[in-house]
Amino acid sequence: MLLSDIIGPVMVGPSSSHTAGAVRIGNVARRLLAERVASARITLHGSFRATGRGHGTDRAIVAGLLGMHVDDSRIPDSFEIAEKEGLDFSLTGADLGDSFHPNTAKIDLTGVSGTELEVVASSVGGGRIRVVQIDGLDVSFSGECPTLIVQNVDQPGHVAEVTSMLEHKSVNIAAMQLVRENRGGKAAMVIECDQEIPAEAVKWLTRLEGVIKVIYLSMEEPESGV
Amino acid sequence: MYHSLKQITDEATEKGVPFWKPVMLDDCKEQGISEEQSLQYMDGIWQAMKTSETEYDPKLKSRSGLVGTDAAKIHARRERNEMICDDFTSAVIERALKIAESNACMKRIVAAPTAGSCGVVPAVLISAQERWGFDDRAMAEALYTAGGIGEVIACRACLAGAEGGCQAEIGSASAMAAGALAGLLGGSAETICHAAALALKNLLGLACDPVAGLVEVPCVKRNVTGAVNALTSADLALAGIRSRIPPDEVIDAMKAIGRRMDSTLRETGEGGLAATPTGMLIRAHIAGTKGAD
Repeated sequence: MLLSDIIGPVMVGPSSSHTAGAVRIGNVARRLLAERVASARITLHGSFRATGRGHGTDRAIVAGLLGMHVDDSRIPDSFEIAEKEGLDFSLTGADLGDSFHPNTAKIDLTGVSGTELEVVASSVGGGRIRVVQIDGLDVSFSGECPTLIVQNVDQPGHVAEVTSMLEHKSVNIAAMQLVRENRGGKAAMVIECDQEIPAEAVKWLTRLEGVIKVIYLSMEEPESGV
Repeated sequence: MYHSLKQITDEATEKGVPFWKPVMLDDCKEQGISEEQSLQYMDGIWQAMKTSETEYDPKLKSRSGLVGTDAAKIHARRERNEMICDDFTSAVIERALKIAESNACMKRIVAAPTAGSCGVVPAVLISAQERWGFDDRAMAEALYTAGGIGEVIACRACLAGAEGGCQAEIGSASAMAAGALAGLLGGSAETICHAAALALKNLLGLACDPVAGLVEVPCVKRNVTGAVNALTSADLALAGIRSRIPPDEVIDAMKAIGRRMDSTLRETGEGGLAATPTGMLIRAHIAGTKGAD
């Protein structure tokens, strides 16, 4: 914990977990999609479902999808802004299961060019979040550092391809996870990095045989959505 | 990161510097930033605290309708010269309500240490600047003092209602404000720690029992209690009164009490005021009309 976690952050209320964390979930989901959001189906689970409206969790997630940050005073007006910006969204409540943190949201996104992404993320306290599922695969990362997610066919060699590219680009790996649906099926690696990965290197990965999808969460600000 | 108030006090005393200084230097080290950058952050926080007060809207209600407009009532009573408390204390009360109500109404605030307790530290410090005319630099230094106390509480105990009950939120905010005020008024590092300890002691055992799980009832009004408690605690410490239990041990007691608190009293909205007949009615009403389904 840093001093800025104790005196700060500057945020729109009322709750660091239910409001600020929810903005971050929306914001990280949008950046994972890496393009403007055309439509979003948002499902609130647990305490988000029970007290989300009173805490503005619903408006906070939509604000994040529009590219707002936790201190944006337009957060309470995000529904109206979404309408104006042509972001089509729906909100429902559902029980995602006991394995999920009480403050969890599932977001199904479609981007303006048709890209689809499903993100499940939890607000774990003090405005901090954790992305726990991407496209149905269990993952775990904070979204606080550049993160590369490569979905590939479960076969030998893909980890070496990706990590040698990172070595070539002088990107240091902070943490790495490997997950798969089943042997020889869909697999994913989640790599949290200390440096940004150059855009052309991310693009190069998409052309590799056996790579299904490449998602990259950059810490650099994407073009504003609102 | 400091693990005890004694550690900060010893370091400040040894080097002959005020309490806030080691806290700032530690922040520079942790984040790998210069003193100038750290001070710039803290000044930004100070300005945001002041703005969180001035942007109060006296007509605004929270989305549940449970809170809002109360600071305006205190303001009107002050205007009529009817307050029981003196003008300084009354100003603190009004500010604590303004900022805590603004938080509940989705306006911009500074979490210090949490959003639910965001009114305490600025209510005390903005009123102190208004009364004694400290410059903004002195106020940024006071925020380091508050932050140092908060860091130690976070390290030894916790700052979240879900973990330690309201004592961890309003109690910690009150301790941070008391110490910062004592420091501003010339109190030594030891006096600062005792002001914080006296404030926290008074709020030990406070349950986190928000009605319908919202940061509204009783959170908003408890910001007033935390702020006024900080004033009396700073006065005691500055008069030379000491907590018989050493400050770090008071923090440990807070942690121990939090651990023994039933989960219904730790931000679940299932115990205490939330479980009263009226609390349950409000909850049912909100769930019936405003759920996400």
